[in-house]
Amino acid sequence: MRVFFEQLVNGVTVGSFYALVALGYSMVYGVMKLINFAHGDLFTLGSYLGYTFLVWRAAWITERAGLWWGVLGAILFAFLANAGAGILVERVAYRPVYRAGRLPLVVSALGMSIFLQNAIMAIWGPRFQVYPGDLVPTASLRFLGLSLPLLKVVILFLSLGVMLVMYWIVEKTEFGAAVRATALDREMATLLGIDIQRVILFVFTLGPALGGMAGVMNGMYYRSIQFSMGWNYGLKAFTATILGGIGNIPGAMVGGVLLGVIETLLAGYIPGGGAWKDGFTFLILILVLIFRPTGILGEKVAEKV
Amino acid sequence: MGALLEVEDIRVSYGAVEALRGVTLRLKEREIVAVLGANGAGKTTLLRTISGLLPLVRGRILFCGRDIRSFAPFELLRQGLAHVPEGRRIFPTLTVEENLLLGLYGVRHLVSNAERERRKEWIFELFPVLRERRRQLAGTLSGGEQQMLAIGRGLISRPKVILMDEPSLGLAPRVVQEIFRIIRQIHEEEGVSLLLVEQNARKALSVANYAYILENGRVALEGKPQDLMHDERVRSAYLGGSGIRQRLL
Repeated sequence: MRVFFEQLVNGVTVGSFYALVALGYSMVYGVMKLINFAHGDLFTLGSYLGYTFLVWRAAWITERAGLWWGVLGAILFAFLANAGAGILVERVAYRPVYRAGRLPLVVSALGMSIFLQNAIMAIWGPRFQVYPGDLVPTASLRFLGLSLPLLKVVILFLSLGVMLVMYWIVEKTEFGAAVRATALDREMATLLGIDIQRVILFVFTLGPALGGMAGVMNGMYYRSIQFSMGWNYGLKAFTATILGGIGNIPGAMVGGVLLGVIETLLAGYIPGGGAWKDGFTFLILILVLIFRPTGILGEKVAEKV
Repeated sequence: MGALLEVEDIRVSYGAVEALRGVTLRLKEREIVAVLGANGAGKTTLLRTISGLLPLVRGRILFCGRDIRSFAPFELLRQGLAHVPEGRRIFPTLTVEENLLLGLYGVRHLVSNAERERRKEWIFELFPVLRERRRQLAGTLSGGEQQMLAIGRGLISRPKVILMDEPSLGLAPRVVQEIFRIIRQIHEEEGVSLLLVEQNARKALSVANYAYILENGRVALEGKPQDLMHDERVRSAYLGGSGIRQRLL
């Protein structure tokens, strides 16, 4: 039973990364009706930016402010830098082709994905890079007989906290309502005085920022990162998006966490399951697409049509 | 009294098809102007062009004396021009209250929280059914209730002019009565000017101060409602008068 709960915590942690990345897919899809293929590579970019920050600056910060500030600093740095990258990508790859329709936009996204992947390889090299291991105290938290590494707990609460904030912004604020309205009917939103360009910029800024944050936490969790990991990771987060219901913000969160849990438990309990981990993910994707293409919280999507 | 909205000889095309071929009209303060015409006459195109959703090929549109094209479409609400489009276009997965308050989005920097509450109360007094259903998703409302929500959303910013496109479309006669009663009320009590596009010519003429009849993208006829009502051509073509009935028989 203890193993089960430890696996569950692992699953929720990994799932919360998926959820953060899935949020970016879902927001962009909701507003642009675009599957942003470059999103997975923005995740990778964030991971590398956080890595570089830790290697260069963590010791400096740690000496002056303490260990945790180095960790938080790296996450914040990747968040902000990725937000900037998101704005740049929108400006360079998407805005010039909005008027051309959806297909050119998708092709442009694919091109951006390939560009980013190769740029990352050119800058940081094709080999695996390893996150510094002495980031946080290796102490574990004892809780109900479970032993939970402190880093894992911090990452988990940080990502859940960010998701709560996201939920609040999108579901409870005036601007959030404007974003949802834009996703439903862009022209009507314009007639109500909503500046669509600002909403577009918002999703293309916040999405990559959340993805970059997840990239750093993912690096801290698994330690090793590679330039091409965004493709596979992006597909998984995309699966989480579909699982929860694409275009639906709470759905992306639920789908991400659920996917992480399912994947971890199946890998843990099926003999030799670890090797099939990715297989399970895409099996889930296929099953969802066959039996519930609108996703778990996706009734809303059906209404849109 | 000055003209709020002046449309001067505008032309609009969809590709090679000319939808408006030189339309001129005026809407003065505290006026309801009806735009009538058959399907495809260019009525909706006219409103969409005024709102900046369609490009002008020629001519110009003045709003309060300024060229309307000097504003981006999303800035027009703030200038005092609201558009309640055809088909209601409420946001089905947002609540009734969220839909209503989005009507204030364009003027959010000009409206205090207390004022926002007052405006909301005001709309709920005009449409009590919206108060009852404020927490419901707007997609669950009946057609008539959705039309009331759409009108309330257009009205809540207290615009100078509302462009209203086919408010009676697809509604039961009793609901149409109610909608037109409210149109008259907001005109009389709030002094809002309306450019009203309708297929229900009889109803529209009953509330309008002036009317234009569009045919094939041109103004075929214009005048005061009482004159148009007695015009034989109007009677036969738009008021279901004896002419049409005889032809059908």
